[in-house]
Amino acid sequence: MQRMILDRKNHITWIGAILIVIGFAGELVFKNEVVAVWAFAIASVLGVAPIAIQAYQALKVKVVSIDVLVTIAVVGAFFIKNFEESAIVTFLFLFGAFLEQRTLNKTRSAIKELTEMAPESALKQTEDGEFEEVEVDEVDVGDILLVKTGAKIPVDGRVLSGEGSINEASITGESLPVAKEKDSRVFAGTILDNGTIQIVADRIGEDTTFGRIIELVEEAQDSKSEAERFIDRFAKYYTPIVLLLGILVWAFSRDIELAITILVLGCPGALVIGVPVSNVAGIGNGARHGVLLKGSEVIGDFSRLDTMVFDKTGTLTVGNPSVAEKVLYGENAEEALGYLASVERESDHPLAKAVLKEIGETTFSQVEDTQVIKGGGIAASINEHRVAVGNVTLMEREGVELSEQAKADIDRFETNGNSLVLTSVDGQLRVLMGVRDQIRPGVIDDLRRLKKLGVKNLVMLSGDNQGTVDAVSRKLGLTQAHGNMLPEDKSAYIKKLIEEGQIVAFVGDGVNDSPSLALAHIGIAMGSGTDVAIETSDVVLMNSDFSRLPHALGLAKATARNMRQNILIAVGVVLFLLASVFLSEWMNMSIGMFVHEASILVVILNGMRLLRYNLKNQHGREIKK
Amino acid sequence: MKTATIQLEALTCPSCVQKIENATKSLNGVERESVKVLFNSSKVKLEFDDEKLSVQDVEKAIAALGYEVKKSQVKAK
Repeated sequence: MQRMILDRKNHITWIGAILIVIGFAGELVFKNEVVAVWAFAIASVLGVAPIAIQAYQALKVKVVSIDVLVTIAVVGAFFIKNFEESAIVTFLFLFGAFLEQRTLNKTRSAIKELTEMAPESALKQTEDGEFEEVEVDEVDVGDILLVKTGAKIPVDGRVLSGEGSINEASITGESLPVAKEKDSRVFAGTILDNGTIQIVADRIGEDTTFGRIIELVEEAQDSKSEAERFIDRFAKYYTPIVLLLGILVWAFSRDIELAITILVLGCPGALVIGVPVSNVAGIGNGARHGVLLKGSEVIGDFSRLDTMVFDKTGTLTVGNPSVAEKVLYGENAEEALGYLASVERESDHPLAKAVLKEIGETTFSQVEDTQVIKGGGIAASINEHRVAVGNVTLMEREGVELSEQAKADIDRFETNGNSLVLTSVDGQLRVLMGVRDQIRPGVIDDLRRLKKLGVKNLVMLSGDNQGTVDAVSRKLGLTQAHGNMLPEDKSAYIKKLIEEGQIVAFVGDGVNDSPSLALAHIGIAMGSGTDVAIETSDVVLMNSDFSRLPHALGLAKATARNMRQNILIAVGVVLFLLASVFLSEWMNMSIGMFVHEASILVVILNGMRLLRYNLKNQHGREIKK
Repeated sequence: MKTATIQLEALTCPSCVQKIENATKSLNGVERESVKVLFNSSKVKLEFDDEKLSVQDVEKAIAALGYEVKKSQVKAK
């Protein structure tokens, strides 16, 4: 019976609406009091039934819910024979709940779309070698699965046999299909565009990368900041206090009308719902744009950001240095380059790799007596020649005389932002190379956008020499740039900023910068290894795409603003209602209920605006080239 | 001790979180501190002693409040 009434809540709402229309028609058009009274009375009784059931269920678990307040108010109105009011109040309450449900589902839709991408079934190999369709929960690690064209990869695993191309957009945000063959790794939730493959399951369910992303987003949408926990605590006592207030007013004034009006006005709806609605819509928007914001605390901090600190290599630059400029001195360049390559071949320094790539095919010679000179380079002997490869300091140590021409070249290379690799043979400078890491495409625009969004300082930290760092910094238009920094220097720098009272975000590659990532208020890892980036970051950029950073910041700001607006609307409405019940003549139960329900809808609709937030549209004109 | 994740129909009213929280916390065998009702994802997460009650008992208590249980998952802790 209870269930039946609750299931038909929507029907009851519509019948209530029709009865109210009949009631007003009877009263105003046909001047028929009897019809009007009966119509309103029936509408009230029908309408209050589901509310009363909910109220009863709430009281059973010792919660004074809004339903309790409304039920008492309606019964009170019925008691003083104010059927018109009781009918309208129940209708507005039910109709409001109906609209809230519809609109709330809409604000949650972005995240729902994401979770619905989760795979549901798999083709699992049984003992007799056949493949059988099973629920994805029934797959265990080590099972062999068959995936056909168009199907979702059910778990994280490796390809056993077959070939195909996979759309990994759900994990990386990159929509270009990736070719897979034997031993390639595949990820749950990605789609096999063509081909047929057999895979062996490595990680299942919530342990898969996709499972972790979903879990993270689900936790994020319901995570609460300090302010929200306060509102929740407040709301818990708020309704009982309103009930008490209603009883007191009735006891002293004997005015049932006034008492029940207070009950209706005291409903805290918009206050409780406003912040979670902004939160879920904001995080949902992010999920659609490849940005995961880990909860409302993160949104709050991120939106008030003062300083953004970047690691240079791999973050602002591609992280894949190459030789940009070179000069050869003296004769027999071929021999010098061969010696250089022979020395560099034994090193795994990133600069050495760049040098080797530049030289390409050459004659390698036997290298003897290799010495690594810390902070300088390498010295060795080849075919009884003394060969040194390294920076200017090393050349000075080796007693290499630098000509005016060479000095000028070195100066020019440094101003251009190169790291220098000098090669001397028997005390003569033979090769000068300038190695440069390319700036990520689009970074200059992205940084400009961040500045426009109100980030006061953009700081770059790097282990490279100050000359290189300054050159990159000038090009990017940064506020500050510090070179010669070890990982511990970077975290000390972050600590200093925090102690100065700034709100700091650190953007790094997530591998050797983890102390800085952890220390900063907001850590953003750009590592291409999705796992590390997801675990360590407060804000996750899918596929480590730097260009999503401005959207992330803009969205965080918009979401935080939206939350503040919603709190303001909710508190404002309650204060307005309470003030007008004591100070004005026109306030009654119906108007109170209307304003109350309207305020809930306003905060939901306000939150919904965040789903459409898009940074590019907002600043479109300035960015267009 | 087991961990249960219970998926409910979409929660829309502000006070339902509190109702479900109180109802599940009052069950004998449910770890009071562990109860988390997630409003936006419409889920209940809690830890319970499977010797004292089953996940069906928890589902029943929630259904008695008028909320439909869609699916529940139990994992050993």
